[in-house]
Amino acid sequence: MTSAPAESSPPVLDVRDVDVRLSGRTILDRVSFSIGAGEFTGLIGSNGAGKTTLFRVILGLQPTNAGDVLVEGRPRTKRGQPIGFVPQKFLLDPDLPLRARDLVGLGLDAQRLGAPRPSRARHALVDEMLEAVDARRFADTRVGRLSGGEQQRILIAHALIARPRLLLLDEPLANLDLRSAHEVVELLARITREQDIAVLISAHEINPLLGVMDRVVYLAEGRAATGTTDEVVRADVLSNLYGHHVDVLNVHGRVLIVAGAGEDTDLAGHEVAFPTSEIKRESAP
Amino acid sequence: MSFVLGAIFAPGFFTSEPVHIALAIGAVAAIVTGTVGVFTVARGQSFAGEAFGDIGTTGGSGAFLIGVGPLWGFVIGNLLAAGAMEAIGIQRARGRDLATGVVLGASIGLAALFLYLATTEQSTTGATVTILFGSVFTIASSTIPLVLALSAVVLGLMFTLYRPLLLATVSPEMAAARGIPVRLVGALYLVALALGAALAAITIGSLLGTALLVGPAASALRLTKRPLLAMATAAGIGIAAMWLGVVLAYDSYEWPPVGHGWPVSFFVVTIVFIGYLASGLPGRRRGGRDQTPAAATPAPRLPAGD
Amino acid sequence: MLNAWEVASIVAVVAGVVGFFTVMRGSAFAAHAIPNGAFAGASGATLIGASTLLGLGVFALFGALAIGLLGRRGRQDVATALALVMMLGLGALFLSFSDQYAPAVYSLLFGEVLGISSNEIVPTAVLGVVCIAAIAAIYRPLMLSSVLPEVGEAHGIGRFRMEMLFLIILALATAMTVPVVGTLLIFSLMVGAPAAARSFTDRPLLAMALSVAFALAIVWIAIAASYETNYPVGFYVGTASAVAYTIGRLWAWWRNKTPADRTPMRPSQLPTAR
Repeated sequence: MTSAPAESSPPVLDVRDVDVRLSGRTILDRVSFSIGAGEFTGLIGSNGAGKTTLFRVILGLQPTNAGDVLVEGRPRTKRGQPIGFVPQKFLLDPDLPLRARDLVGLGLDAQRLGAPRPSRARHALVDEMLEAVDARRFADTRVGRLSGGEQQRILIAHALIARPRLLLLDEPLANLDLRSAHEVVELLARITREQDIAVLISAHEINPLLGVMDRVVYLAEGRAATGTTDEVVRADVLSNLYGHHVDVLNVHGRVLIVAGAGEDTDLAGHEVAFPTSEIKRESAP
Repeated sequence: MSFVLGAIFAPGFFTSEPVHIALAIGAVAAIVTGTVGVFTVARGQSFAGEAFGDIGTTGGSGAFLIGVGPLWGFVIGNLLAAGAMEAIGIQRARGRDLATGVVLGASIGLAALFLYLATTEQSTTGATVTILFGSVFTIASSTIPLVLALSAVVLGLMFTLYRPLLLATVSPEMAAARGIPVRLVGALYLVALALGAALAAITIGSLLGTALLVGPAASALRLTKRPLLAMATAAGIGIAAMWLGVVLAYDSYEWPPVGHGWPVSFFVVTIVFIGYLASGLPGRRRGGRDQTPAAATPAPRLPAGD
Repeated sequence: MLNAWEVASIVAVVAGVVGFFTVMRGSAFAAHAIPNGAFAGASGATLIGASTLLGLGVFALFGALAIGLLGRRGRQDVATALALVMMLGLGALFLSFSDQYAPAVYSLLFGEVLGISSNEIVPTAVLGVVCIAAIAAIYRPLMLSSVLPEVGEAHGIGRFRMEMLFLIILALATAMTVPVVGTLLIFSLMVGAPAAARSFTDRPLLAMALSVAFALAIVWIAIAASYETNYPVGFYVGTASAVAYTIGRLWAWWRNKTPADRTPMRPSQLPTAR
């Protein structure tokens, strides 16, 4: 489960002191972390914490006010090394004349001009990818007709077919039922190991990823804490991050992050316990 | 003073009967469309207004073809369309989807046929222009009673429906909770809209009629949030645009190309557009951003309570 | 007559190809808005005696650029809706200056069998080739960006760039289609054919080919019928497009009733280790 990051080669993803400020708000504040090959990393943070912004920074779509991002040791350029990306929301028209295998095939060469020339090699590659995500059954079905979980598998296959070294998934578990979420996590963990790629998956709920994550990047108030689960998901670390007292409870292997008792004036003197790792501030800053 | 008047109004303006009719009908149409239009914009049903434009084109040209006045065609065509919309359930602004676009396209194609037949078989060359772009100067005085009757119907409907419609627009659930037949209210409103669109069509044409329905109302909603005041303002803006348009169109007979006269509908639409842009200025000067949830779809709301 | 057939075929092919992406991207607004601007442009060109195609093209391009730059906000604004109506009014104004007011209005709005004069065949054909070549070139990035814009961006395919390119192609396609089909009926042709096509096949390239086939059928039927009966082309285009669309919908409905064709909604199996 935990694997020591390779020290000799540069990390697949290296985020260094990234600052992003938008409309006067600091979205990301000196965020630093790195991910090595074969590491399954969770990016945890509540809604609005900056997860999608961080992804856009990594993809080179969002300029930073400070800091830089290195992918495989080199700065990210728009047409550089492929990074697999599965977005948070996607609405596929049920009538769209595009089969699952067509969408996966686009992952190979979407940025090239012209139409894809049919070739056995290409077909085989697409089949192999579909097999890897267990999507052979519905390979010839229109993408828009598939269920949410099935569509997501196709998008994962699309992202992976170009053999990227880094795979980003933006809140893939958000709209899935418990069973599909579990399946996706298992699938991703397996792929991480087998293909030795770095996977960064964002979520606002930490528990589905516990036990599978090698490392966690915890994002709160624009700042990040990185390390293994044991290192990061602790009262002192999270309290420091949030800027007010936080307790971490372990209940039957699940984690409960609870806003502190007593001295917490931000929550207007109420003691509040949340069964998830998401903390909502009662008073907006 | 008379010099100024002479400069603004070309000779014969005040004595010309077509002008009188144009001013009268234009004002009536503006009042009706302003009143109905406020709710159209507030309910986010601007698309319905445009759809009536397309269907109205078919109805008007059909009526023209069989020798009945275009107004009857607009009215009947729009009422049928309203019925169809109600049956399919378009009350909740479905917007432009493929199916409606294709159906409207077919109806426009039909209009093309009607106009062709009217032009060739009846040698009335001006049919196209009259139906599509309006002809407020050539409205027969025999049409006036029908116009007044329709206006009375629409205004009567709006007066009766005012409060339930207001609540249903703000929140259909709240209205239903009060026992208001939301669907019926919406359907009756659609009828009012259909008739209002017909009136707009005979003044500035079926293709341009939506400008009169939507423009003054949207401008008014930018200036005030109070529904009654908005309706009055919209009517006022509409009247101003129509009358100014009539004046300019009349004057334009002496502009190049002399003897032709520029189309009234062009003036009205342009004035409405400028009016809309101008209505955004007070908001900017106040330093706030464009205040209009009402001007942009989807489903903007009027405030509850006046 | 030979002019009409050749040019109409090119127009149909372009409409089928460009329409395929119009439907895919849901660009209904642009497909309605650009022709309005084109109408004003053509009228203006008639007024000053310039080439109709030039007037159409210039105003269509301006419209496309405006729509692209205004972006989402422009699309839903009342100002945009009013501006579009104003374009129609402007076109009416220009045409009112000529003594061919009514006939000119009619043919611009509803199309004409011999819509393209012989000296405009070559430019129209060139425009057509340019449109098709452009779509062929950006086929893959445009597909991905249309279906999953964010994933496209991750591939380095700029979403805004694709939108602008597509709108420009749409403008050019509109400019060449207006003389034959008319500004009011372009939407029908560009939407009816591809919407019907997508009911018959799951594969994108095949759907595009079918879209072209349907468009060709619609245009040929319209021109032939119009030539025979003298009724306007636009009437036949509107009707035929509606018929094609209905057939497509009926086919899709019938196919979905057959259980074998339904997407199996079995819960997915847990992936097995390899």
